[in-house]
Amino acid sequence: MNPSPIALSLGPLYFNWPSGQLLDFYARIADETPVERVYLGEIVCGKRGPLTQLAVATAAERLERAGKTVIWSTLISPVNRRERRLTEELVREGEQVELNDFGGLAGRAGAGFTAGPFLNVYNEDTALMLQEMGCTRWCPPVELSLQSISDIAARCPGLETELFGFGRLPLAHSGRCYHARQHGLNRDSCRYVCEHDPDGCRVSTLDGTAFLAFNGVQTLSDGLQLCTETPETLRMAGISALRLSPHSIGTVEVANALRKFLDGDSSAREMVEAVRASTLPLPLVNGYLAGKAGLEWTMA
Amino acid sequence: MTRGPLELVCPAGTPSALRAAVNAGADTVYCGLRDETNARNFPGLNFSDPELAEGVAYAHQRGAKVMVAINTFAQAGKTAIWARAVDAAAAAGADAIIAADMAVLGQAASHHPDLRVHLSVQAAAGTPEAIRFYANRFGVKRVVLPRILSIPEIKALIGEIDIEVEVFAFGGLCVMTEGRCDLSSYVTGRSPNLDGVCSPPEAVSYSRQDGSRSVALGGLTIDRQVDGAPLGYPTLCKGRFMAGGKTGHLFEDPVSLNTIDVLPQLLDAGVTALKIEGRQRGKAYVEAVTRQFRQAIDALGGADGQPAAGAAMLNTLAEGQRGTVGAYKKTWR
Repeated sequence: MNPSPIALSLGPLYFNWPSGQLLDFYARIADETPVERVYLGEIVCGKRGPLTQLAVATAAERLERAGKTVIWSTLISPVNRRERRLTEELVREGEQVELNDFGGLAGRAGAGFTAGPFLNVYNEDTALMLQEMGCTRWCPPVELSLQSISDIAARCPGLETELFGFGRLPLAHSGRCYHARQHGLNRDSCRYVCEHDPDGCRVSTLDGTAFLAFNGVQTLSDGLQLCTETPETLRMAGISALRLSPHSIGTVEVANALRKFLDGDSSAREMVEAVRASTLPLPLVNGYLAGKAGLEWTMA
Repeated sequence: MTRGPLELVCPAGTPSALRAAVNAGADTVYCGLRDETNARNFPGLNFSDPELAEGVAYAHQRGAKVMVAINTFAQAGKTAIWARAVDAAAAAGADAIIAADMAVLGQAASHHPDLRVHLSVQAAAGTPEAIRFYANRFGVKRVVLPRILSIPEIKALIGEIDIEVEVFAFGGLCVMTEGRCDLSSYVTGRSPNLDGVCSPPEAVSYSRQDGSRSVALGGLTIDRQVDGAPLGYPTLCKGRFMAGGKTGHLFEDPVSLNTIDVLPQLLDAGVTALKIEGRQRGKAYVEAVTRQFRQAIDALGGADGQPAAGAAMLNTLAEGQRGTVGAYKKTWR
């Protein structure tokens, strides 16, 4: 019997894209990619949600018609009453949801959910407690090593593990909006200036070495995470899916290159070259998986 | 017993800092064990088991309390180290532990049901829903709020929960939400959640060139100043960087939190306790800050209601010698 293939999923969009771009993007995801699951919903900034609400609902229908499973992902840090109410409604009524804040757990009342990478699940005891509360799948915190993920997965049979496999790494969340600060504004008067940077605004050292990117209240890595582990290694570590994070360029091509690699139809080197050729011209990183600094890159 | 209208919670990185804080008027002192179970896991800091027991006895004799921070996230396959820390805190007679990880909270609730548990800021619980979850599931009695809420928001939140609220009042200010920041591990491999350290000293290097000095973390330049100008510790989020054609402190200026001027508003909001940051700071610092806040809190309860010490005095102790009220004022965002 062939081992079950490593699935691909598409994580929630972190950036502030206009509705037209968002619709085009998800139409291509629906038609041209082998991803099985797509996470939707504004998770970074509650102020943005209303801007694209309709487009996201349309995208969800489009994706479902194409046979994709749609999972609604919740705000990382709901603050005001409106954000809290929307999060609670989603948690209570959503058929498939991903929780990014422990505040959603009680409202879920034992129904199944995915634990997003923003939940601090660093050990098997925490993962087991979440499993008891209905968690069926988790995407580990991005700074966890493959070894730690594997240790946890081994002690939580039945819990699906979905590894953050591609894209700028979500590193930090803040109450302060750096896009607003950059423009001499504050979060409450932000004028949605984050929409000028469809993949985040690059941050460099005084020597000109880029290493981070900010996206509103979120700080990401400048480098693009790329998991080059073989399907055998992933399976050994208990991982059943790789999660891709949406970017304005090359997401469709990356999904197809990864699918080919995971199916054994291309080498890791060929996959990496295909990714480099199609995505944003940013360094590739994967140090976290080896238990090193996240910005390092080692080719398996 | 708390002496004034607000409980004063002070840091102790060493037994002598604990004694200094108690003698300067702290209602409560918080400290950590000498291992990766606490978020100030620096060489030369923290308490052995016997030191903790002695510290607790010293504080109790003088009417003060001791809380033990076991506020990192237990590592996969090594949760026994964190469970041992909970046992050690209970055995030493600590008045409470401060924890963030569900594994640690669960250990305390199941093995030490009489041990008071406070929810660490590292848990990033900033909504009534999240706080109620921890209170209901683990019996948490107090939450240390993440530094993302304004004072009116804190007041509204307190109206919706049934447990005590502790807020940061003075000291170093994380600009990112604590417990939700991997910047340090991205550059150095070590982080608060993984190892209890941020921007660790072994990754720091200094260099000098053309009349200026640079400080780097993991080989990346965090700041550069002309010779003679002060060059602060290279905490990642406090560095000077370039973005969108601008150069500067993109994330946060080199400032410290100082709430001495807004204590009446924090009291009015229903806050129970004020936390002073700085277990990594020396005994003299702890003593001076504790004394100033003791006076200010005592004055709050007094007839004139005027704070005894102004912000200016405390700012001389602060990092960068400048104070901010941070997120407590809405425009900080």
